[in-house]
Amino acid sequence: MIVADRKPFDEIMDMIAPYDRVLLLGCNECVTVCAVGGTKETALLAAQIRIKRQAEGRTVDVGERTLERQCDPEYVNTLAESLDDYDAVLSLACGCGVQFVAENYPGKPVLPAVNTRFMGVTEQPGMWAERCQGCGNCVLDRTQGICPVARCAKSIMNGPCGGSHGGACEVNDQLPCAWQLIIDRLKARGKLDTYSEVEKPRDWSTSRDGGPRRRVREDMTL
Amino acid sequence: MTPANNLERVLTQGNFAVTAECGPPRGADPDVIRKKGGLLKGHVDAVNVTDNQTAVVRMSSMASCIILKDMGLDPVLQMTVRDRNRIALQSDVLGASALGIRNILCLSGDHQSFGDHPGAKNVHDIDSVQFVDTVRMMRDEGKFLSGQEIKGRPDLFIGCVENPFADPFEIRALRAAKKVKAGAQFVQTQCVFNVEKFARWMEMVRALGIHKKAHILAGITPLKSPGMARYMKNSVPGMDVPDGLIERMGSVPKEKHRDEGVTICLETIDAVRNIEGIAGIHIMAIEWEDIVPEIVKQAGLLPRPIPA
Repeated sequence: MIVADRKPFDEIMDMIAPYDRVLLLGCNECVTVCAVGGTKETALLAAQIRIKRQAEGRTVDVGERTLERQCDPEYVNTLAESLDDYDAVLSLACGCGVQFVAENYPGKPVLPAVNTRFMGVTEQPGMWAERCQGCGNCVLDRTQGICPVARCAKSIMNGPCGGSHGGACEVNDQLPCAWQLIIDRLKARGKLDTYSEVEKPRDWSTSRDGGPRRRVREDMTL
Repeated sequence: MTPANNLERVLTQGNFAVTAECGPPRGADPDVIRKKGGLLKGHVDAVNVTDNQTAVVRMSSMASCIILKDMGLDPVLQMTVRDRNRIALQSDVLGASALGIRNILCLSGDHQSFGDHPGAKNVHDIDSVQFVDTVRMMRDEGKFLSGQEIKGRPDLFIGCVENPFADPFEIRALRAAKKVKAGAQFVQTQCVFNVEKFARWMEMVRALGIHKKAHILAGITPLKSPGMARYMKNSVPGMDVPDGLIERMGSVPKEKHRDEGVTICLETIDAVRNIEGIAGIHIMAIEWEDIVPEIVKQAGLLPRPIPA
């Protein structure tokens, strides 16, 4: 899933300062799972905004709605009429959702209520961690199911670097060294002999480095 | 005047090599490098110039190398893959060779979060093993990474680093072997404080025969104070400073700290010289370059050989 953090409340208040009618728009996908932008969090943020504005002596009309997905025209198209009642949309979706709503309603300011962080997993309740960088050329078959691109701070393909210590990355003691994990699994599978192969430089053109990416399936296009 | 490929000649002629590290200044004053070069001249076979070490911005390694070369020293250009992609790296390899730099040391580089610009974007387009392989390919095959032909091949003696004290320990010799397989001709190690562990690493190195394919130089760092020892242990990535050494540094009066540091350093040099497969030492006297001549002299490593 895409994991996000809510922006600091003061930053959100500054963003919506010019507006008196704001639609808070949640998303029922990733941001719901990582507990930052679902129906519940949308209601909570709406209440916070109302209280704060009231304390400031300035009325605000805060609407609440949660779409199944903000990254899909099927759901984004259903917004059309309800937007007439608002000056701005405050989206609690990831950056994809914010942009997709904005491009479908170019006349309406669409503001981000969250900072989109990474593609990851729920390691345990309340704890999410990055697993994939979307490089467009998966190597997990060669790296024992552990991604050095996303999980090594230096994206080293022939790791680990000299900073790996006690299973942790040099950047942060709480961060597991991806290459320690790879070596552990190679050993457990009796495959440490494959370690001596020099992994050649990657072609990053399938990654963000090749420019913004697009996928087309001719059989599905209209 | 020291020939440009002095280090390679010293090593291939079977001499015990001595290299030292020179950290460039955080400013544009070339005299800082000249001063450090002047201290080291005649005492070492080559001088490594760090590449924005600990991710702190400093005068470029390439420029500092040229200043040292003009003084008659044999510089080792350190290059990390943290700040340059394959285009910039290969371009600098050509540039270094054109300027007469004859040694290169390929490294990953400390993560930028340790440095003075933690908000910087890092590169890591290729890793240090791939960089070694790239320089070898450019020199020996006359090809860029793209496969296209190079007109005028670079001429460089290729080095790498390995940290015997990082984890997992059991692959630390294998990783050095990987770098040597990729094309490294010399290996400079992380600072040796834990001699016993280093000796165990060298056992693995010998078992793999790495010492017969590349020259291995043990990293040596004199400790200035117990505070520095603690800092190295706790805050510098990949450093193994045994508690016994920190205690030993602290057991002498403050005015004797530096002497004790030098004594420990000489003991370490003596110990690593007796390890089979060690071809030399690489002294990293961090912001203490003026101690290097004394260390080299007291270690009985003077005069430095003048290779044919």
